[in-house]
Amino acid sequence: MEPPVAAPPERDQPHWFGRYGTAVLFLLPAAFVLGLWIVYPTGYTVARSFFGRQGFGDFVGIDNYKSIFTTHLLVKAIENSAIWILVAPALVTAIGLVFAVLTERIRWAVAFKTAVFMPMAISLFATGVIWHVMYIKDPQQGAVNAAIGAVRGWFTSSGVLQDAQPSSSAITGTTATGFTLNKPLAAGDTAELGLTGIPPDAVPASAKQAVQPQPAQGAIAGVVWRDFSPGGGTPGKVEKGELGIPGAKVALVDSSGKQVQSVKAGDDGSFTFPNVTGSGYKAKVAASTFAAPFGGVSWLGSQLITPSIIIAYIWVWAGFAMVVIGAGLAAISREVLEAARTDGATEWQVFRRITVPMLAPVISVVFITMLINVLKVFDIVISIAPGSTQSDAAVIAVQMWRQSFGGVNDFGLGSAIAVFLFVLVVPVLLLNVRRFRREV
Amino acid sequence: MAAYTEAEAVPVVRDPNETVGAKIGRGVTRLPINVFLLAVGVLWLVPTIGLFFTSLLSAENYTLNGWWKVIAHPHLATWANYSNVWHNTDIPHALLITAEIAIGGTVLPILIASLAGYAFAWLDFPGRDWLFVVVIALLVVPLQMALIPIFSLYNTAHLYDTVFGLILFHCAFGLPFAIFLLRNFFIGIPKDILESARIDGASEWRIFFRLILPLGLPAIASLAIFQFLWTWNDLLVALVMARNTQPITVDIFSQLRQFGSNIDIIAPASFMSLIIPLGVFFAFQRYFVQGLLAGSVK
Repeated sequence: MEPPVAAPPERDQPHWFGRYGTAVLFLLPAAFVLGLWIVYPTGYTVARSFFGRQGFGDFVGIDNYKSIFTTHLLVKAIENSAIWILVAPALVTAIGLVFAVLTERIRWAVAFKTAVFMPMAISLFATGVIWHVMYIKDPQQGAVNAAIGAVRGWFTSSGVLQDAQPSSSAITGTTATGFTLNKPLAAGDTAELGLTGIPPDAVPASAKQAVQPQPAQGAIAGVVWRDFSPGGGTPGKVEKGELGIPGAKVALVDSSGKQVQSVKAGDDGSFTFPNVTGSGYKAKVAASTFAAPFGGVSWLGSQLITPSIIIAYIWVWAGFAMVVIGAGLAAISREVLEAARTDGATEWQVFRRITVPMLAPVISVVFITMLINVLKVFDIVISIAPGSTQSDAAVIAVQMWRQSFGGVNDFGLGSAIAVFLFVLVVPVLLLNVRRFRREV
Repeated sequence: MAAYTEAEAVPVVRDPNETVGAKIGRGVTRLPINVFLLAVGVLWLVPTIGLFFTSLLSAENYTLNGWWKVIAHPHLATWANYSNVWHNTDIPHALLITAEIAIGGTVLPILIASLAGYAFAWLDFPGRDWLFVVVIALLVVPLQMALIPIFSLYNTAHLYDTVFGLILFHCAFGLPFAIFLLRNFFIGIPKDILESARIDGASEWRIFFRLILPLGLPAIASLAIFQFLWTWNDLLVALVMARNTQPITVDIFSQLRQFGSNIDIIAPASFMSLIIPLGVFFAFQRYFVQGLLAGSVK
């Protein structure tokens, strides 16, 4: 391909330069840079893609292209890019549209737009670092998991203990089923639920010396405690130095197996089931006492890594979609909308039947822009994905870099991947050219 | 497409005869939208704030505490990480290189694109529209197409690992958009102004420097911000075209391998890398938005 300079016909040089010389001088620097840095490399890369790793002496035909669709890592990258293409542009556009429409109804639209638009200024690489910190698995460190853990905590509480065993054969069960006292109980009885196998530092800090329960009229009193003191002690007996288990959940089950009461043990491990009549009851340390705390969703693991990165990407680009669509929205005639409302159209009907169709050109510009952008996504992927899941997260542009420069150094294959990427944007290229032709 | 300005934001139509009851009614129906958008707005700010707070935690506090604990326990925060990054790492040097690349990568393409944009808009030459179509076509060529040949070219031309080489690369891939944008802006300049200058005998160069550039300043400003952010934030080009001449993104990237143990360097360095683009963004937000709207075909 020639550099884009109008080549002068040789014979009418004097006339020609007099007329067009200035134009040529104005265009020359751009022609030089575009020609050398974009046009020539495009031709070079296309040619290079038919040669192997060794260079231009190593003609391999279309083998490099075959490799793209047969090498496991590259197929995975194409799959990931397909997910990106299907999900990201649509979500960014939809979210931008919703934000643009909603911000028209608030008085602090400028502040909102600034907040949502701000990530556009941050590099995709730094965005990756930001979200890597957000996505850390441990809910103590990763904010996303901390938030999920907090919401989860409103519905289910995690137990006070992780591990325990019955301290004697008077009790049966496991942490998964709960621990049941074998002896049937009647009103006025006491229940001693001794547990061992609890690491000392696992006992809640508020624990106090356990207290031997006293029988009470019309009630069943009891204690849940760590039935172990240094030097052994007697299993099944509350002794000095043995701590209660505060917060342990104890359930009272009647003879038909139905739970009738449930209480939490105090700091000294004591509990009481009041208003008990009759007999045949069983006392049980409920399994929820040992429910594991929320360990965190593995956002950066191989399963979720691509959706996680797409969320971060949406965080960056939603502002772009919002602003561009918002500008289109401002250009829509208010009268049309108001007329529809006066005629009794609901807000949803106005949105669906008037706003969206009138915005269609702007929406398609945003969508196409995002489509091209998504194909080239690179920085954010390599900075969010930890080393262990980089190949699970890799997209076409990442593999282009990896195969060419990131250790593999196969320029033939790298060129073929670049050409593949280029072919994917050609329809957009033709669309742009057609749009320009129509304008002129 | 219309450029966005706050003044153009259409005011909500209000009926002056609206009763107090109707006002309250509207306020109530707006309440869910306000609450929802407030939540979204806060949510959008959290990640950036999170990085900032993380950057204030010492390495040992980081492994024990989530960054949000800094809010309740401000004594956990320390500037020691920043001081350490500033004095004991090559991050300041990397920032300097980043600035050189970003400034050069902004000024050069704008200069070249203004010349070409003027030619496309106001000079007459054969094949003008055809050549402009070529520029539009180049707009979407992925820069991946140039990485391998330019890498080889730079190695022979001794431009590998130089700031100038990086500037030229950014210049090339910023040019199609810049020419497109400036040509479209220049063409909107009233023809009378140019015609009368030409009749007065002003040369094209004089017209360009005295008329076009000053009149084109709004477009040049939005382009400059765009190009500045683009080059400042680049990772891929510098990763391929440089080894020791590292801008800050590449410098931090080389630390990423030990994410957990290096967080007290990565977090403050990342935050330092985004302060300048963020400042540029807040200072020139309007131009930035105009640039986006004018050229959202890139």
